[in-house]
Amino acid sequence: MLTDFGRILIFILLGAVFVAGGFFASWLLRPRRPYAEKLSTYECGEEPVGNAWIRFNIRFYVIALIFLIFDVEAVFLFPWALVFRKMGMPAFAEMAVFLLILVVGFVHVWAKGDLDWDKPRPVVPTLERRPPAREPAPPRMAELPLT
Amino acid sequence: MGLLDQRFENGNIVVTSVENLLNWARLSSLWQMQFGLACCAIEMMAASASNFDIMRFGVIPRATPRQSDVMIVAGTVTLKMASRIKRLYDQMSEPRYVISMGSCSNCGGPYWEHGYHVLKGVDRVIPVDVYVPGCPPRPEALLEGIMKLQEKVKKESLVRKSA
Amino acid sequence: MSPQEIHDNLKAKFGSDVAEAKLDAPQPWIRIEPDKVEGVARFLRDEPVFQFDYLSCLSGVDYNDGRLGVVYHLCSTTLKHSIVLKAICTKEQPHVQTVSAVWGTANWHEREAFDMIGIRFDGHPDLRRILCPDDWEGHPLRKDYKVPEFYDGMRVPY
Repeated sequence: MLTDFGRILIFILLGAVFVAGGFFASWLLRPRRPYAEKLSTYECGEEPVGNAWIRFNIRFYVIALIFLIFDVEAVFLFPWALVFRKMGMPAFAEMAVFLLILVVGFVHVWAKGDLDWDKPRPVVPTLERRPPAREPAPPRMAELPLT
Repeated sequence: MGLLDQRFENGNIVVTSVENLLNWARLSSLWQMQFGLACCAIEMMAASASNFDIMRFGVIPRATPRQSDVMIVAGTVTLKMASRIKRLYDQMSEPRYVISMGSCSNCGGPYWEHGYHVLKGVDRVIPVDVYVPGCPPRPEALLEGIMKLQEKVKKESLVRKSA
Repeated sequence: MSPQEIHDNLKAKFGSDVAEAKLDAPQPWIRIEPDKVEGVARFLRDEPVFQFDYLSCLSGVDYNDGRLGVVYHLCSTTLKHSIVLKAICTKEQPHVQTVSAVWGTANWHEREAFDMIGIRFDGHPDLRRILCPDDWEGHPLRKDYKVPEFYDGMRVPY
């Protein structure tokens, strides 16, 4: 009587009703006594300072974008995997071309260093204090005169 | 005020059943905001570990006041820390309880006489429900404190208190 | 080097800046004038015969007779000897030169001595309270310290 999509729709609706019912029941049952200190921002017990919206490193966005692209690729792989046995070599060749295009992109991203989480920044070490005087080290073998 | 919280003039069978259900749910899942400050924190950790296992009472450690029901103040409370404790207690949501664990948070402990920076008892800044004595209290003593708190929660009621 | 040799060496270099010494105590100590401490400290760290490269402790003291002092415990990790220096000042003039430029660890130790005893270290890069809150009044480990009645709305005494 009901199509398959219809069944999925009923399932989604029941799930939403279940969650909403939980929220509604807790709204009925919980006490509500707000005051200024309770509503203040949590900062481990200190007075909150500064803005909650801060600038963060762009590497989070880059990684999320790369993940999204390859996740969509994985999603395309699933239905292909189901019918691949029946369809034979042409299906394999098409998917190989698709994957090849994406592998080229992957290699580019990898080689450019976009996948590195920590990008090394060269730091030249400096000595701030003069170390105490010690007797000079004995000469190394390579520095001895050839006899 | 919530829709049901202390709104009723007198109880009837429905109210009593809802009360029992609510109280049972609340006492079986007292999520703690661990506030281990000093040596009593070690005993609190021992109570959370496998030999005494506070989790079988439903007590899960949550580090944030927003998700916790009970604050277990374990250790010496300095004056510097006391203002933070007050702010964190304010940020907990009702129903909220406080267990004061150990002598230092009960009454200042061994520092009662000469401690110039020790708060002589955390009940000078927040209301305490259960005091667990000891220096430090054994993990079983803390478990008894949790059970006493559970008995207290069992007696709570949705009926408005009259004079 | 024995404490006697250290004392003689310092006396030869600094003369009157090196005041009395008690070399037969269980921890032999040498007293330095409080406004000459940094020069002596740098000499002790850099000279090859001394090489005191490790400041193991810096403590503030209240002697309960109007004097405040700083006690430095120095060790040498290379030459394996140690000595104690003292710098004594009065309560009216509680100033001692800083050694935080000589040994980095002295930075926080001097902040603690300032916080607890009230000795001001001249030349310290960041002299503020380290243990008590920033708006605390008084220096708690002085012998004549009175516990305050209230702090931030909380009653302090029992």
